[in-house]
Amino acid sequence: MEANIAVPTNKKDTWNGGSVKPFGASYGKMMMWFFIVSDALTFSGFLAAYGLTRFKFIDSWPIADEVFTHVPFVHGDYPMIYVAIMTFILIFSSVTMVLAVDAGHQMKKNKVAWYMFATIIGGIIFVGSQAWEWGTFIKGTYGAVKTTDGKVLQFVKDGKQIALADFVTGERTDVREQHTRKNGLWFQSEGTISTYSVDQVVNAYKANPAIQVRTELIDLDKKQKTILSREEGAAQLAKTKMVIEGANLKVNEYGNTIFADFFFFITGFHGFHVLSGIIINIIIFFNVILGTYERRGHYEMVEKVGLYWHFVDLVWVFVFTFFYLV
Amino acid sequence: MAAHAHESNTKRIWIVFGILSVITLVEVYLGIIKPEALHLHGPGTSWLNWIFIILTLAKAYGIAWVFMHLEGEKKWFRRSIVWTAVFLIIYLVTLLLIEGDYLYDTLAPLVKW
Repeated sequence: MEANIAVPTNKKDTWNGGSVKPFGASYGKMMMWFFIVSDALTFSGFLAAYGLTRFKFIDSWPIADEVFTHVPFVHGDYPMIYVAIMTFILIFSSVTMVLAVDAGHQMKKNKVAWYMFATIIGGIIFVGSQAWEWGTFIKGTYGAVKTTDGKVLQFVKDGKQIALADFVTGERTDVREQHTRKNGLWFQSEGTISTYSVDQVVNAYKANPAIQVRTELIDLDKKQKTILSREEGAAQLAKTKMVIEGANLKVNEYGNTIFADFFFFITGFHGFHVLSGIIINIIIFFNVILGTYERRGHYEMVEKVGLYWHFVDLVWVFVFTFFYLV
Repeated sequence: MAAHAHESNTKRIWIVFGILSVITLVEVYLGIIKPEALHLHGPGTSWLNWIFIILTLAKAYGIAWVFMHLEGEKKWFRRSIVWTAVFLIIYLVTLLLIEGDYLYDTLAPLVKW
């Protein structure tokens, strides 16, 4: 009963539920946990929706290994290496966070501050990496074409995917130019047009017998995308509508557009959580330095932001598995 | 914030970090080499996917129990968090995946490749 009545025991404590502590957890900590539960359900909603869509397109879903293959400053094909590094950075920043909480229990102000600082740096590196990952994904790797019936066709040579730039030659034949305010209507502009025209790509394919077309369809026995014969490829290419380079919310050179949509939405939502975590961590970091918690007598605030920070790490563990591994 | 409040858990934290790192390394290694026996066979999805899911849940357990200190909370506080989330997530995921499978069965025959 007492929990329901505002007993003015200690006036300072009244705002956070008085001195009553259900389950021995403070008001703030308990509410942080319940917020985390609801946020976890939001993320599960996204990931479950991703699962539904993937099951719906199970025979044509992009293979993550072929999509995320880049590492900054290094040239070549390294599937997953960079995401793995990002995962390490986040787990490590979780460790420094928990060490900060631990130091807080022992009232070691300097240690708390340094560990908080390390956590913030880890978070910043992670968000930066994610931004880079987005940039790479948006820019694209190989380029592809899209047909009138919405299929994405990629190009391979000797079984390995090949970039448009590696086999398409010559100039655009359709005399298409980028419409800007300067050369066209001053009140209109258009999005970036592709480097190559459709005809150019199709002609390059016809001229080079070593090039084959790869469809999105997955050969379920081998779990690889199907490579068409030269004739089948030409038939598919005849339906080409546009050349795609990179990925955005409307087209995606790696395959299903909705794969890109989910990628932006889920990693974006997670990245936004990391960003808010960094900001909250910075605030708490300054409070630690100013001695706020030293005067308060306990470092529970560090523990509470710690919970949030670990949660962000926890979500990443699942995003990593379901977006990059499975 | 009771008895455990002032003792240091530093050693344990580093051990858990080691375990989480090793699990991540194993996941990445398997993800890169994709052994055929695991990748191409398995109940429902591939064995490899099951391994990934189980390892992920192990990591989640480590993070929640040790880093987020659920192990130190009162039993029913912990349960109010874990049971609620786990029940609702399993519920949602089960329904949505069944629905996704149905959509595939229904729509895939209509797609010409």
